[in-house]
Amino acid sequence: MTRSLLHNKWFTVPVLWLFAIFAWQIGAWIYGPEIIPGPVATWKGAQELLEDGSLVKYIGVSFYRVFLGWALGSLLAIPLGLIIGKVTAIRVFAEPFLNFIRFIPPIAFITLFLVWFGIGEQSKIALIMYATLFIVMMNTLTGVLSVEEDKIRSARSMGASEWQILVHVVIPATTPYIFTGIRLAMGTSYMAIIGAEMIAANEGVGFLIWNSRLFFRTDWIFVGLISLGLMGFLTDRLVGWIGRKALYRYGVISSAPIRR
Amino acid sequence: MSANTSASANANANGSLSNTITIERLNKSYADHKPGSIHYIIKDIDLVIKGGEFFVLLGPSGCGKSTLLNIIAGFVSKSGGNLRVGDEEICKPGRERAVVFQQADSSLFPWLTVRQNVEFGLKMKKMPKEQRRVISDRFIRLVGLFGHENKFPRELSGGMKQRVQLARVLANDPAILLMDEPFGALDAMTRRTMQKELSQIWQETNKTVIFVTHDIQEALLLGGRIAVMSHGPNARITDIYDVPMDYPRDASLPQFQALHRTIQSHFDAELEGGLHP
Repeated sequence: MTRSLLHNKWFTVPVLWLFAIFAWQIGAWIYGPEIIPGPVATWKGAQELLEDGSLVKYIGVSFYRVFLGWALGSLLAIPLGLIIGKVTAIRVFAEPFLNFIRFIPPIAFITLFLVWFGIGEQSKIALIMYATLFIVMMNTLTGVLSVEEDKIRSARSMGASEWQILVHVVIPATTPYIFTGIRLAMGTSYMAIIGAEMIAANEGVGFLIWNSRLFFRTDWIFVGLISLGLMGFLTDRLVGWIGRKALYRYGVISSAPIRR
Repeated sequence: MSANTSASANANANGSLSNTITIERLNKSYADHKPGSIHYIIKDIDLVIKGGEFFVLLGPSGCGKSTLLNIIAGFVSKSGGNLRVGDEEICKPGRERAVVFQQADSSLFPWLTVRQNVEFGLKMKKMPKEQRRVISDRFIRLVGLFGHENKFPRELSGGMKQRVQLARVLANDPAILLMDEPFGALDAMTRRTMQKELSQIWQETNKTVIFVTHDIQEALLLGGRIAVMSHGPNARITDIYDVPMDYPRDASLPQFQALHRTIQSHFDAELEGGLHP
């Protein structure tokens, strides 16, 4: 009886959340609302931000930047990864360079991108593109290199041209790797955009969190943090769901723990 | 049945002198770390395989029989000697030489259904969809996968996957089938069924088959001629046995067992020779 109850997510998940909110409330009682605003105070802060429309706008702005930079970065990274993976001559030169530059965190580029692209949208989108580019490229590259030789050989002996092998064998076989890459890149994109918005922006969730310190509105900071968690969670679930539905035949499988 | 007759008529046309495989003094070597010294994987292979023949390459693991098969397939380049199909020198893969790999999982396309896998070569040739369907239907039936057309390889058993591989290459109507231990990863019962069906399909389609195996019984059940390879490096073909028995073959017949013993003692002698040079 208790065993089956513990395996029911409709029981365990709400209990967990109730416990977390309770612990949060205790923290609020101990340290006071300036340090830890409780659930009720945070909800009131959120209501304020919802009423003047700023929360919805900030979430929209941050999401737009992440989505645009992530989509553009992926579109650029996939063909690059395929070329680097497929052409040995390019890979020999590109790989050491890639392995050097991918260790520079996106946030480290903020100041440089501000100088290059200005304080407008371009610098933020460029930053997200950078954050996306290397993850997707490295995953695509790994995918191309992991295509079994037998698959390429069998296609070749069935008369496929090199171009047909790329389109009908290498790309489908690499799809799960590409998908993992773009899904991971979504996470890094959120990290990068919050950093960028804290340093140089007048809008966005990062700006909200950073700006709230001026008014000592810890409750707004909490609202920003919770919004980020929800945004990341929902987009990841959405991307995962789309991947499962559209790319099932390529071997993209669910990583959602609930389905286990 | 009419489909089968037309297939065999088709293959009889192929089974002429034009796809005789001629191998002369074929070598595969690699340079050693020490300059000047060359290591041969296979050395001075001479073979003539006639069109329509079921030819078995039998040898211990690692003797270079797969290397020889990969050279014939055009996947691996030879270091010396001649290799011709008909009059044509072979140096790269070609449609007329189909390959059935040992591992179906690594060679089938898991993102395609059984039918799409079977139609792959035809699609690469840009054959219209209706025509592709007729051909894939015929070969899916031939290998006994009727009703499984829309399944993905991951939904099939090991034996069924090898059937897909067989249908996939047969759909391209190759003259030559190169098979690299295709039943090596199957359980004994499935292997036995697949062996029976392969010799049946071979008789119906009349393709030239080069079949690599390390299993003497399998070689005797399938092969018209069996070439025995010595242990590598410097692997050669030491003997060629004719198997003058009708299909389907019965492993319990005295003639079968006598040949089995002969080949077995051949390997035993070589092993002893290797231990006491």
